[in-house]
Amino acid sequence: MTEFLQQLINGIASGSIYALIALGYTMVYGVLRLINFAHGDVYMVGAMSGYYFAQLFTRGGGWLRFSLVMLGSMAVCAALGALIERLAYRPLRKAPRINALITAIGVSIFLEYLGQYLFGADPKRFPSLLPEENLVNIKGVVITNIQMVIFVVSIILMLALNWIVQRTKVGKALRAVSYSHTASYLVGIPVNQVISLTFVFGSVLAAAAGILIGLNNPRVDPLMGLLPGLKAFVAAVLGGIGSIPGALVGGLLMGISETFVAGYISDTYRNALAFVLLILILLVRPTGLFGKTSQEKV
Amino acid sequence: MIKRVTIVILFVFALLGLNAVVGRFLNAYYLQILIFMGINIILATSLNLINGYTGQFNLGHAGFMAIGAYASAAFSLFAQPFLQAWFGFIPAPVLTPIFFLLSLVCSVLLALIAGLLIGMPTLRLRGDYLAIATLGFGEIVGVVINNMKVVGGATGLGNIPEYSDFFWVFLFAALTVWVVGKMTRSAKGKSFPAIREDEIAALSLGMSNTRVKVTAFVIGAGFAGLGGGLFAHFMGYLHVNMFGFLRSVEIVVMVVLGGMGNLWGVVIAAALLTGLSEALRPFKEWRMIIYSLLIIITMMVRSNGISLKNWRKASA
Repeated sequence: MTEFLQQLINGIASGSIYALIALGYTMVYGVLRLINFAHGDVYMVGAMSGYYFAQLFTRGGGWLRFSLVMLGSMAVCAALGALIERLAYRPLRKAPRINALITAIGVSIFLEYLGQYLFGADPKRFPSLLPEENLVNIKGVVITNIQMVIFVVSIILMLALNWIVQRTKVGKALRAVSYSHTASYLVGIPVNQVISLTFVFGSVLAAAAGILIGLNNPRVDPLMGLLPGLKAFVAAVLGGIGSIPGALVGGLLMGISETFVAGYISDTYRNALAFVLLILILLVRPTGLFGKTSQEKV
Repeated sequence: MIKRVTIVILFVFALLGLNAVVGRFLNAYYLQILIFMGINIILATSLNLINGYTGQFNLGHAGFMAIGAYASAAFSLFAQPFLQAWFGFIPAPVLTPIFFLLSLVCSVLLALIAGLLIGMPTLRLRGDYLAIATLGFGEIVGVVINNMKVVGGATGLGNIPEYSDFFWVFLFAALTVWVVGKMTRSAKGKSFPAIREDEIAALSLGMSNTRVKVTAFVIGAGFAGLGGGLFAHFMGYLHVNMFGFLRSVEIVVMVVLGGMGNLWGVVIAAALLTGLSEALRPFKEWRMIIYSLLIIITMMVRSNGISLKNWRKASA
């Protein structure tokens, strides 16, 4: 039982990180119907820039330094996200969707190899911004302070995002654009700016995920975004793509089931699990858990 | 009928002649590029049937290639010694090609079965969902091979007899192009683009969409397996990382650049991109950066592929 609970907690921690990344996928898919393959690499840039910011801000206590690193890497990723959208995706708004998809893969490869060129291909050790200690220990089930930070930061960011999307004017515009570009344009919504902003929101969340993973698992390298990116996308599909609560639930499900497979079956099958889950969910309920079913009409 | 047989025989002899010439005058490196071009033509043309003609986005083509490669390698490594003992009385120059062909039959069969198994359920999905499901399939194939001790697992599989040469590769490349061309030009083959253009319209014309999609998918997978088998017997060594996501992407890029559903466009794009990827080799760490930038830029300026036919249409 102790082991089960411990695995569950570890699973929720890694699941929260998947959920943060999955939100970026789901929002971009919502407004553009595009699988933004480069999103996983934005998360990598978040972690890598966090590594460099941590060396820049050496003074200050743990929390101040942590916040500065977090904000810095969020700013870098926000700029990167907006730049990718402006330079690579906007010119293809009217092209066939497969072109946009391949461009997204192209951007992903570009970021990975540019990263290898700039940062070097070897893994780097992410500095321990907050020294790890056991915060809660109930009969052997341990929650570390880092896991607690992951929970709290993820929850705050998700609540903030939910508030923006549901309660503000920008969020209303975002929901309108995801419904129809033309209609939004006709009622005076600046569609391009809203799409840019979607990328900015997604990238900020990815940056946060990058820093949090750096705390939890301090090996960062330029190819680290590839697999978590794909898995987070699977998590988004699992929850129903385009749905924000869906991304949260999908991410948690993904993290928990992956930790259990690694813990109870075999670590080597961990990476296959995500895709087996994906194919199963797509067969049973192609729109995901929270997705809306839409019947195509002639 | 006689005429067609003559053409085939002439073609085979021409290939044999070319094979001798190429073997003598080209150094090993250029020969290798040529053979990679041939293998990529097989892969791209088979994917063209699925992606280009039928419009079913497959992002896991390298998975079928891997299955074919490992199947044929396993045949050559494990089954061939047994058969050798039985049929040793047949002289080697006759026996070796038979073994090679048998190993390729294995690769095609296994890839066909995999195509059927993965195609039947996933082809109900549309567009992006299918792309992600097939991507997932490619990853699963990688993980499974990585965990199969019999075929070397994570250390790779070596000592595969190197039977593939210019002759075999281009013979099968020609066969692939011929079969796909023939299929898509036939009366029944018109249902492939019909489904790509409008599924509901195709359905209301009485086509059985699922059957057509699965047909395209399975045949495409079979040819990808063939490409894998040829690849295995050229390299002599296999590792899962040779068939990663990037490999699938490379093949998709060939199909899109050649023009979806443009038979010769895709053949030319496959050859060009193979050459380009080699030409960029001196740039070392810049190679993939330049390659990815070229992909992005081409998608922007030539959204219908590089072929001239589309060029005129686009500018008209």
